[in-house]
Amino acid sequence: MADYSEQALLAKIGEVRFALVELQLYLDTHPEDLEAQNDFNSYANALEQLCAEYTETYGPLENYGNSPHVAGSWVYQKWPWQN
Amino acid sequence: MWIYEKRLEYPVRITKPDPRMAKLLMAQYGGPDSELGAGLRYLTQRYSMPDDRVRATLTDIGTEEIAHWEMIATMITQCMQGASLEELTAAGLDGYYVMHSYGVFPADPNGVPFTSSYIACTGDPIADLSEDMAADAATSDSLPTLKKSLNH
Repeated sequence: MADYSEQALLAKIGEVRFALVELQLYLDTHPEDLEAQNDFNSYANALEQLCAEYTETYGPLENYGNSPHVAGSWVYQKWPWQN
Repeated sequence: MWIYEKRLEYPVRITKPDPRMAKLLMAQYGGPDSELGAGLRYLTQRYSMPDDRVRATLTDIGTEEIAHWEMIATMITQCMQGASLEELTAAGLDGYYVMHSYGVFPADPNGVPFTSSYIACTGDPIADLSEDMAADAATSDSLPTLKKSLNH
């Protein structure tokens, strides 16, 4: 597993998520395209690993139980609009 | 159901105040063809769409527009952060400041509040999709102006 700083890891998550958003929108109108579906699945696996690494090191990324929380981590970690 | 991801779709880091840009960005935050308008338009129209691919597309692009709306709000809040009343006044934001202080209220640069009358939801898929294209074209027309202002 690569060793990332928090910003670098968030940037990597952003890159993979960007590819997934675009592939998702393409698949919405081309649901039978297996090649795109395979690309989507391989990016989705990469995202899962990156998010697990982020969550373990820095805290939760998602609410409602998608990321494990330690006490207060969801509330007190910087919000995305804060500098 | 929606899940919140505690992260912007693309990071925003504005470190010095730019209240004039904050004012112009309100076009994309609370104007007729703002990200809010787009998100509300797509997520509202999807219920009467007769095709699975269109239902999927409107759900996913509507969700993404809300993420864009969050980025614009972040840009506005960071552009106003640390700006004095004098600087806000020079940028034409004194009226805004009296009403909203440093809050990020969905209105256009002229202070006109966002309203659902900006969007169409006719139940006719062709009429609704045509309105989506018109609104998207209007956004594409205003973006070069915003970009030009950013460089000044």
